[in-house]
Amino acid sequence: MARVLIIAQHEDGALNPATAKTLSGALGLGIDDIDIAVFAESAAGVAQQASRLQGASRVLAIEHADFAHLTAARLAPEIKALAGDYTHILGPSTTFGRDLMPRAAALIGVGQVSDVQEVIDSHTFKRPIYAGNAIVTVKAPEGQTVVATVRSASYSAAVEGDSPCEIESREAAATDPGHTRYINLETGGGDGPDLQTADRVVSGGRAMGSAEGFDVIYSFAKKLGAAVGASRAAVDAGYVPNELQVGQTGKIIAPELYFAIGISGAIQHLTGIKDAGTIVAINKDAEAPIFEIADFGLVGDLFEIVPELEKLI
Amino acid sequence: MKILVPIKRVVDYNVRVKVKSDGSGVETEGVKMSINPFDEIALEEALRIKEAGNAEEVIVCSIGNKDCQQQLRTGLAMGADRAIHVVTDGSVQPLAAARVLLKLIEKEGPEIVFLGKQAIDDDNSQTGQMLAALWDRPQATFASKVELSDGKATVTREVDAGLETLEVDLPAVLTSDLRLNEPRFVKLPDIMKAKRKPLDEIALDELDVEAAARLELTAYEPPPKRSGGRILESARELVDELKNKGLL
Ligand SMILES: Cc1cc2nc3c(=O)[nH]c(=O)nc-3n(C[C@H](O)[C@H](O)[C@H](O)COP(=O)(O)OP(=O)(O)OC[C@H]3O[C@@H](n4cnc5c(N)ncnc54)[C@H](O)[C@@H]3O)c2cc1C
Ligand SMILES: Nc1ncnc2c1ncn2[C@@H]1O[C@H](COP(=O)(O)O)[C@@H](O)[C@H]1O
Repeated sequence: MARVLIIAQHEDGALNPATAKTLSGALGLGIDDIDIAVFAESAAGVAQQASRLQGASRVLAIEHADFAHLTAARLAPEIKALAGDYTHILGPSTTFGRDLMPRAAALIGVGQVSDVQEVIDSHTFKRPIYAGNAIVTVKAPEGQTVVATVRSASYSAAVEGDSPCEIESREAAATDPGHTRYINLETGGGDGPDLQTADRVVSGGRAMGSAEGFDVIYSFAKKLGAAVGASRAAVDAGYVPNELQVGQTGKIIAPELYFAIGISGAIQHLTGIKDAGTIVAINKDAEAPIFEIADFGLVGDLFEIVPELEKLI
Repeated sequence: MKILVPIKRVVDYNVRVKVKSDGSGVETEGVKMSINPFDEIALEEALRIKEAGNAEEVIVCSIGNKDCQQQLRTGLAMGADRAIHVVTDGSVQPLAAARVLLKLIEKEGPEIVFLGKQAIDDDNSQTGQMLAALWDRPQATFASKVELSDGKATVTREVDAGLETLEVDLPAVLTSDLRLNEPRFVKLPDIMKAKRKPLDEIALDELDVEAAARLELTAYEPPPKRSGGRILESARELVDELKNKGLL
C-alpha cells in the first residue's frame, strides 16, 4: 500500500515552515497515508506542532541524544531503517534536505528527484533545471521507493487544524558513525522576518556599495515589515552575511512583494525570485535585465528613490 | 595524500539555455561548454591544499563522452597532476556517477574527494552526498572554508541559517560552495604543459557498475514567462500602484 514519509526540519524546538510546504507537495500524490518523522533530542514540542498539520496521518517521534544537532551521516541510516514501510520519502529542498536526502536515497539504492515543483501523479513530477530556464518532467520507476525533495517556493504551507493526529514514539535504529562532529552554527542575527517565508522581501545588490550603504535597505525593509535579501555580488563584497543571498545558489523565495534594488537581474538571481507575486525593480540603468521581468520599475538613483519611498509609506 | 576532483562538462553559466521546440531537450548544439563552476572552485581548493604542502597529488576525473576531455585538459592546465576520463555516451545520473566515483576511489585511495555542490545543468545537488553514503564516509557539503589538520577537516558550510561548522575525519567527501575561493586563470604556457600530462581513459563498462538511468526524463518545457511590466515615473506613482493591488 502506498505510504508517504516526510522528514521534518526543525530548529530551536519549532518546526521549520519548509516541513508544512513539503506536506503540501505530498498531498498532491493522491496518497492518504502521510507520516512525518521528527528526529530530535527531545521531540515533544515539534511533534505536537507537526501533528496539527492537516493531512498528516501520524507523527513518528524519534528521540536520541545524538539528534541534538542533525547531521546527514547520522540521520541517513535512520531513514533507511524506516524506508521499508513507505513508498515515498520526502524532504524539503532546503540546505537541510539537500544535504540529507541524497545520502538516504543512495543507502536505499534509488535515485532522487530534487526540487519537485509540481506533482503530476504518484511517480511523475516536474522540476526546474538549468537555473529554472527549463522545466523537466521526471518519471520515477514503479516498484521502487521514490525519494524526493520538495521545492519550498512552489508550495504554500499546509495549515494547522484543531484535531491533531496521533504521535508514535520510535527508537533510534542506527548508531553514531563517530566520524562527523558538529562544532557550531553562526547566524548573522537580524531580527526581521525570515527570508524564506516572508510575504515581503527587499533585496539590495552591488550598488549598495558598502555595509553602511546597505542600511538604506534595512531601514526600508523595517518600515515595510519585510525580510532583507541580497544578490551574490553584495554577499561576496561582504556587505551582508551569506544567508541573505537570493538566487540559484542562495535562497529560492516566493514572497507576495519583492523589491530588487541596485540589482542588475542576472539569470542566477532571477531564478530565485521567479515565483514572487509582484516584482519591483529600482535601478539607474534603464537597460538592466531586471526590468524585463519586473512588474513595476523605477529608473534612477536608489539612494534618492528608496528614502523617498520610505517616507511615502 | 591524494585528492580526487570530479568535474562535469556543462553549458557555460553565461548561456541562456533554451528548450528545443519539440520539447525533447535543451539546445546544446554550438553552445559554449565549460567546467561546472562549482567544480572549478573545488579544483582550486584542492590545488591550494597541495600548494600548502598538505597533499601530494590532485587528480581530476570526468564521466562523459569524448568532449569532456576538453574540460579535463583545462583542469590539468589549472594544475591538476593527472586526469581520468570514464568514457560513456549515455547520460549519467547522480547515483550512477557516485557508483563510478566509488570505483575510482577503490583504485586511487584518495583522502578527499572534492566535488561541486551542484552541477548547474541538472541542478541535482546529489552526487557528493550519494558518494559519501556508498563509501560510508563523512560528508561536508556546501563548503565555504576548509581547514586540514591531523587526519581531520574542519569545514564551514553555507546553510540556510548561516554558517555551520563540522569536523570530519578523513577520508571524506567535500562539496564546494561559491565563496570557498576564486579560481585562478589558466595561462597559456600551462595549457601547453597540460597537453603532456597523463589522461587515462577507462570505458564505463570496464568498471562493472550499474549505471543505467533510473529516472526517466520524459519532456522539457520552457518556464512560464514573466513579462516585464511598466516603468513608472515616480515613487508616488509606485506607492499608488502597490496600494491599488492591495500590497501596501
Ligand atoms: C554558478 C553561479 C551561481 C550564481 N548564483 C547567484 C545567486 O544565487 N544569486 C545572485 O544574486 N547571483 C548569483 N550569481 C552571480 C550573478 O551572475 C551576478 O553576478 C550577480 O547576481 C550580480 O549582482 P548585482 O546585480 O548585485 O550586481 P551587478 O550586476 O553589478 O548590478 C548592479 C546594478 O546596480 C545598478 N546601480 C548601480 N548604482 C546604482 C544606484 N546608485 N542606483 C540604482 N541602481 C544602481 C547598476 O545599474 C547595475 O544594474 C551566480 C553566478 C554563478 C556563476
Ligand atoms: N558526469 C560527471 N562527471 C564528473 N563529475 C560529476 C559528474 N556528474 C556530477 N559530478 C560531480 O558531482 C557534483 C554534483 O553534481 P549533481 O549531483 O549532478 O548536482 C558536480 O559538481 C561534480 O563535481
